[in-house]
Amino acid sequence: MNGARKPGGRGGAFFRRRKSCPFTGDKAPKIDYKDVRLLSRYVSERGKIVPSRISAVSAKKQRELANAIKRARFLALIPYAVR
Amino acid sequence: MTYYENVFIARQDISQPQAEALGEAFAKVVADLGGKVTKREYWGLRNLAFRIKKNRKGHYLLLNIDAPATAVHEMERQMRINEDVIRHLTVRVEELEEGPSAMMRARDQRDERPGRGDRFGGDRFGGDRDRPRRSRDEEGGGRDFGSDEGERGRT
Repeated sequence: MNGARKPGGRGGAFFRRRKSCPFTGDKAPKIDYKDVRLLSRYVSERGKIVPSRISAVSAKKQRELANAIKRARFLALIPYAVR
Repeated sequence: MTYYENVFIARQDISQPQAEALGEAFAKVVADLGGKVTKREYWGLRNLAFRIKKNRKGHYLLLNIDAPATAVHEMERQMRINEDVIRHLTVRVEELEEGPSAMMRARDQRDERPGRGDRFGGDRFGGDRDRPRRSRDEEGGGRDFGSDEGERGRT
């Protein structure tokens, strides 16, 4: 998957797009352990929590998110590990 | 008094009315100790993400509680004793949610698209695979992968 995302190694010429936290702002969704749809977006295929450097979630919201994911796991709403 | 949310999972072999009666019983425990249950939600017989005490499915119930801690302790104690309850979680919340919870909203959406609910397993894993990719594309996060890769290459 990373191979496909690396278009010919454009050196250092690419620009870094400003990340913005998906949970900050007016219409941001509320982090809720009951919202499986939302949480599964921040969990990898293997069931791991996606690091914030990839998902661009702010540190504060990432802590909140991690907590919500762990609660959802405890309630067997999402798996601890896939396979 | 304090606000709490409680979710518990009842064994798969009991019927829906039995599960709801269980919720009623716990609500009564809280009420008797001077609290009140502001909302009771039955999420249905859901597939568990993993087996719990040999159960593959479970009846999920949500209770929104406004009660003193002692009432909640007593309710939790009884949940631990009751063998029909395979798991329970109580969290303290700043305010109780009005209207249907996220789970019920998701359920309503799914009902509008017929013929998806049954294929829970396949459907869910399919969704799992698609979703991170889609969200990253929306946020332009696809580039982040590239930049990470680039940094690693340089160092």
